[in-house]
Amino acid sequence: MLDYLIKRLIQIIPVLLLVSIISFSIIYIAPGDPAMTLCAGPDGQVDPEYVEEFTKKYGLDQPLYVQYFTWLKNVLHGDFGYSYKTQQPVWDIVLSAFHATLKLAIVSLVISLIISIPLGIISAIKQNSLTDTFCMIGATLGVSMPNFWLGCLLMLIFAVSINWLPAAGYGDGGDLEHIILPAITLGVSSAAITARLMRSSMVESLSQDYILTARAKGVSERTITLKHAMKNALIPVVTMIGLNFGFLLNGSPVVETIFCWPGLGELTVRSMEMRDHMVVQGCMIFIALLFIAVNLVVDISYKFLDPRISYENE
Amino acid sequence: MKMNNSRFNNIVGHIKRSRSATLGTIIILLLILAAIFAPILAPYDPIETNVEDRLMKPCIEHPLGTDHLGRDVYSRLLYGARISLTVGIVVVGISALIGVILGIFAGFYGGLTDSTIMRLVDAFLTFPSVFLAIVIAGVLKPGLVSVIIALIVVGWTKYSRVGRGSVLSLKEKEFVESARSLGVHDRYIMFRHIFPNIITPIIIVATLGMADAILSLASLSFLGFGPQPPTPEWGAMLNAGRPFMQTDPHLMIFPGLAIMILVLGFNLLGDGLRDILDPKREIIE
Repeated sequence: MLDYLIKRLIQIIPVLLLVSIISFSIIYIAPGDPAMTLCAGPDGQVDPEYVEEFTKKYGLDQPLYVQYFTWLKNVLHGDFGYSYKTQQPVWDIVLSAFHATLKLAIVSLVISLIISIPLGIISAIKQNSLTDTFCMIGATLGVSMPNFWLGCLLMLIFAVSINWLPAAGYGDGGDLEHIILPAITLGVSSAAITARLMRSSMVESLSQDYILTARAKGVSERTITLKHAMKNALIPVVTMIGLNFGFLLNGSPVVETIFCWPGLGELTVRSMEMRDHMVVQGCMIFIALLFIAVNLVVDISYKFLDPRISYENE
Repeated sequence: MKMNNSRFNNIVGHIKRSRSATLGTIIILLLILAAIFAPILAPYDPIETNVEDRLMKPCIEHPLGTDHLGRDVYSRLLYGARISLTVGIVVVGISALIGVILGIFAGFYGGLTDSTIMRLVDAFLTFPSVFLAIVIAGVLKPGLVSVIIALIVVGWTKYSRVGRGSVLSLKEKEFVESARSLGVHDRYIMFRHIFPNIITPIIIVATLGMADAILSLASLSFLGFGPQPPTPEWGAMLNAGRPFMQTDPHLMIFPGLAIMILVLGFNLLGDGLRDILDPKREIIE
């Protein structure tokens, strides 16, 4: 286990380096002078004096690799620069956006599991029945549905037509009323994927010998399904949480923008529109680190959940 | 050539046997036909504005209504199919090409080549694809070409993984060993002996990749990073219809339906193909 952990951590180092290079070079693929790009406001107006000062301050007149290492050193010291727009430290902006995203992601995850696990189990028990077909058609529709469309439809129905919920906004620190619609929007597509996984994993688990033994012993179908089969079928679903998290993050730019939810996705889109590149860079690094950390934790917890897995051959 | 033909017939035969693949193929073919014959099928010009007819509900002259500039929604959707399908094909084609070549190299040579390429894949996979695509399309000037570049940058990784995985399982097979022992050039082995054998999993991933690319294009356009107005792109149309949500929901509903149907077609075909061609799900997932 410890060997595995060390191996994983060593493997992460080159990935981290590459991630930093990708994030760093984003600014340089923009056509034109990077200092101009970094200094230019939304309307593209640049103050030449400020550019000069900025170039000196961030060493933009130095060779690229020197710039990269200076930048990397700053990042490692927690200095992600300042927003062009608000002059606030990027790190603070990103952190508060992360707070909103995390809240939304957790509620979405819960909603997605509440929908998907029962659906997956029912489909598996009634394999190839009409119910199963319906559930799986629903899942395919869920994967194919554009999340911004679903979001707009939900907003139209629940906020505009019948006025049950607020249409958009963060409310009082992201309260339940404001979180429901974006969380459902974000949760549906990941629920669709999880339901399919739960079904196939449950089907496999129901065909195992120990289920046959339990049946022969006269254990009730209910106990077999809920206790014996479901426990093992959940293992791959748990590992999916890492992937699901990536999925939820992926949906966040669109969903957060529609519902004016001040999270990382909305921040990235807004900063990109305002050409506030420092903030964009900060978001990218933060998200990448988050994703690496989540996957590491999921991989390790997998081991505790399923002792049959060995990491020897990895 | 004959071998390729029989393989093609084989796939067609398989598709007929899977309900989901059949349905998917029908949807895709219909939409491809709609895109090709858009100029004939569309009753109106997709770009020309006609303010007198603005915001009309669906009626006989305008089966899906008109938008805020009086353009016929049905005609715009038909032309939009061209954009979505073209972007999908270009993005999937180029990213599969890049990804497969890198994947074959990684799997075939192993060692440092392998770890360099695969760490690069890992690094790209750490960024959620929509985020990375937004940033790339945003830094380049928003537009069709930027979106295509952005989607290729985020799309190639999955083909590398599949390509590498397949090569690893083939590398030890007798036909590769015998070719090697005969002194056949590496590149010849890779592209003449190994490549034909990994086409199947690549086709499956590419079909599902089409669904992904079309959905991502729509998302980016919805956020304003895609083709700019007056291009009749589905995601952009939906976004343009948002302010009229309350009074004219059709402006939002129809473009969304169009996106969903096309994406559904590719998802159904991809799932069907996977069930038929890779029943044990060894290669993909």
